[in-house]
Amino acid sequence: MPEVNVILLLLLVLAALWTVMTRSLLRSAIGLAITSAVLSVLMFQLQSPLAAVFELSVCTGLISVVFISTISLTQPLTGEQIMRHMKTRLKRFWFLPVILLLAGLLLKSIKAPVAFAPLPVEMEKDVRSVLWSIRHLDIVGQVFILLAGSFGVRILFREKEQK
Amino acid sequence: MNSAAGTTFWFYGSAAVMLFIAGFFCVLATRNLIRTLIGIELLMKAVTLLLAASGYISAHTVLVQALVITMIVIEVVAIAVAAGIVIGVHRQHGTLDTRKLRNLKG
Repeated sequence: MPEVNVILLLLLVLAALWTVMTRSLLRSAIGLAITSAVLSVLMFQLQSPLAAVFELSVCTGLISVVFISTISLTQPLTGEQIMRHMKTRLKRFWFLPVILLLAGLLLKSIKAPVAFAPLPVEMEKDVRSVLWSIRHLDIVGQVFILLAGSFGVRILFREKEQK
Repeated sequence: MNSAAGTTFWFYGSAAVMLFIAGFFCVLATRNLIRTLIGIELLMKAVTLLLAASGYISAHTVLVQALVITMIVIEVVAIAVAAGIVIGVHRQHGTLDTRKLRNLKG
């Protein structure tokens, strides 16, 4: 495996940890955007360019804008409230990093029974043909979800009527 | 099992597990609704990474890309609607603290 992929994976995990541990909500949203950007680069490395472009444009761009808009429309906690909550949070959930370490050790010890070898990437099929012919039911589902989402956003973001 | 494929998958699998645990920690260890959404987003990133790695190793990148694109579309709609709900909750109650949202408490 190329060293650049290992570095990218490390960056991904560090960005995710910073997203979780940072005090400020805005920095958390920015950390999420950085995590998405690094994941997008990793997907390019994993021969998934179309998915990588989607991840970069939608998750890094659009979802970050949604989060930052939501943060700006709602009032954040004061600095004192954040500090108090951060201190109690680490005390209450100290065991979660322990679970992380145990999960890593367990993964290392598991010997997967499946035998497979990396094959060259298939070039004859196009993602569009898979989406429109094999996974056409997914497209129908996506259309309905997009419709439901647009109605939901229209109703939820509506300003209250002045009486 | 081919050792090169196994090593490759181990790296990506470990990173996905770490992302998953970070996402779960973010969801569980917060009372802020926006941070909960960020945690859910991290869980989705973990699944995306695992899917992409599986597709690369099994040479089904085309199918996996179609699945990831479907997942991203659903993810963005869910987050947009959830953000609208968060804003509605804030307008109604003036807070995003989950401990103070007790209207439906029996």
